[in-house]
Amino acid sequence: MSVTDAVLYDHPGPRAKIRNRILTVVLGIAMLAVLYWIYTKFDDKNQWAGPLWKPFLEGETWTSYILPGLWGTISAAAVAMVLSLVFGIIFAVGRLSDHWWLSIPAGAVVEFFRAVPLLLMMFFIFFGIPFLTEEPMPPFWAVVISLTLYNGSVLAEAFRAGIKSVPTGQSEAGYAIGMRKNLVMREILIPQAARAMLPVIVSQLVVLVKDTALGYIIGYTELLQDGVNTLGANFGNTVAAAIVAAIIYIILNASLTFFAGYLERRTRRTGRAPRSPKAAAATPGTVVDGAATI
Amino acid sequence: MDVFSDSANIDTYVTGFLWILKLTAAATVGALVLGVLLAGMRVSPIPVLRGFGTAWVNTFRNTPLTLIVFFCYFGLYSALSLELSDDIDTNNYWLGVIGLSVYTAAFVCEAIRSGINTVPVGQAEAARAIGMSFIQTLTLIILPQAGRAVVAPLGSIFIALAKNATIVGTIGLMESSSAMKELINANGDAVFPIFFVFAGTFAIFLIPTGYAFGWLANRLAVKR
Repeated sequence: MSVTDAVLYDHPGPRAKIRNRILTVVLGIAMLAVLYWIYTKFDDKNQWAGPLWKPFLEGETWTSYILPGLWGTISAAAVAMVLSLVFGIIFAVGRLSDHWWLSIPAGAVVEFFRAVPLLLMMFFIFFGIPFLTEEPMPPFWAVVISLTLYNGSVLAEAFRAGIKSVPTGQSEAGYAIGMRKNLVMREILIPQAARAMLPVIVSQLVVLVKDTALGYIIGYTELLQDGVNTLGANFGNTVAAAIVAAIIYIILNASLTFFAGYLERRTRRTGRAPRSPKAAAATPGTVVDGAATI
Repeated sequence: MDVFSDSANIDTYVTGFLWILKLTAAATVGALVLGVLLAGMRVSPIPVLRGFGTAWVNTFRNTPLTLIVFFCYFGLYSALSLELSDDIDTNNYWLGVIGLSVYTAAFVCEAIRSGINTVPVGQAEAARAIGMSFIQTLTLIILPQAGRAVVAPLGSIFIALAKNATIVGTIGLMESSSAMKELINANGDAVFPIFFVFAGTFAIFLIPTGYAFGWLANRLAVKR
C-alpha cells in the first residue's frame, strides 16, 4: 500500500471539493500564463518563425542530419550496453569471490571507475591514449569504452546487491545437490539477481543512452552533434533543433522504460515472483537505490 | 610529475576543481529545494500540480544533461539573451547551475517520492485523524520521516551531481575535465600522471563521501 494513493489527504467533502476546484483553476491559469510568457519571450526573438521550423518538414533534413545522428547514438549505446552488462557481471562476481586476490582488485576497479566523471574518462581516452599508442583514437570507441567502464562499474554494484538479495537457501540448495560455486553462481544466483534488479539495470541503461550525448564534445557524430549542432549551424535554428532532439531522446528513453515494464510483467508471470525491489520498497524504512541512478 | 611543478599548471588544476566545487554546492541547494517542491506537487490533491510534477520528471529525466546545458546556453543565453552576469565565466557558471539544478531536481523528486512510500500508512492516517491539513501532514509528519529514509539515494544523486558538473565544460567553463584536456594536449609526455591526478582527486573526495552517506543513512534510518 503506498501512501501516495490519496492517504495524505482526506476524501474531499463539499468544501474541500470547491477549494480544490478553485486551486485547480487558479494554478492552471498561472501555469498557462508562464507557458505563454515563455512562448512570447521566444516569439520576441522570432524563434517560432516558420523558416526555422520548416526544415523539420522536409525529408532531406531527417535523412541527412537527424537519422544519421540518431543511428550514431543508437549504435554506440547498443555496443556499450552489451559490453557494460558483460563488464558488470564479471566484476560483480569478481568482487564476491572468496579469493582476496580477485575480490580486492575487482572492488578497487569498480570503486575507481564509479568515482571518475565520464567526461574526464572520455577526454583521457580520446586525447590521452593517442599520445601513448601514437595512433588516433576513433571517437566511436572512445565513447563506447568510457561508457562501458563507467556504466559497467555501476551495473557491477547493482548485480552485487542483487546477488546478495537472493535468499541464502537458494545457493545452499544448489550446493546440497552437488553443484559447484561456479554453477551455483551461473545457474541460480545471476538469473534471479538479474530479474530482481531489472528496474535498476534499465534505469542505468537509460543513463547510458543519455550519456552518449557526451560524445558530442569529442566530435562523435551522434544526435546532439548532427541533429542540433550541424543542423542548427546550417539553418540557424539551434533552439528549434535542440527542442526536436530533446523530444527524440525522451521518446527513445521512455520506450526503453516501457519495454522494461513489459519485460518485468512478463518475467513475473512465469514461476515464482522474483523478489522485486518494489516489494522491498514496501517494507517500511528501506529505499531501493534504483531511484538514484543518475 | 614535472607537469605539476609548473605553477601555471597547478593554477589550472585548482581553478578547475574550484569550479566543480562551486557548481556542486549551488546546484545541490537548487536541486534539493526544487526536488522537494516537485515531490510535494506529485502527491498533492490538486491534479494540475500532479500533472506538472509528472511532466517535469519525465521530461528532464529522459533528456541528456549535455543537451540541457547546451539549451541553457543557446536557448536562454544566446536566443533569449538572459544575462546573469557581465563576466563571461560567472554567466556560464550560473547557466550551468540552472541546467544542473533543473536536471537533478527530477531525480531528487523521485527519490523523495519513493521515501514517502516507506512511511507506514498509519502515520498519515493518524495525522489526518487529529485534523491536520495536507500541508501539515506532509511537512510535519511525512517528509521528516521520508527524508531519513532517502539519505542513501540522495547521497548517490549528489555524488553524481558532482561528477555531472564536469559537463558544464561544454559551454566554455574551464572546469576540471576541460583543464585536464588542456594539460594533456600541452604535455603529451605525461598523460598518465595528469589523468591520475585529476581522476584521483575525484576518487579521493567522492569514494569517502559515498561511504559517509552510507554511514549517515544507517544512523538516521527510522528503526521500525
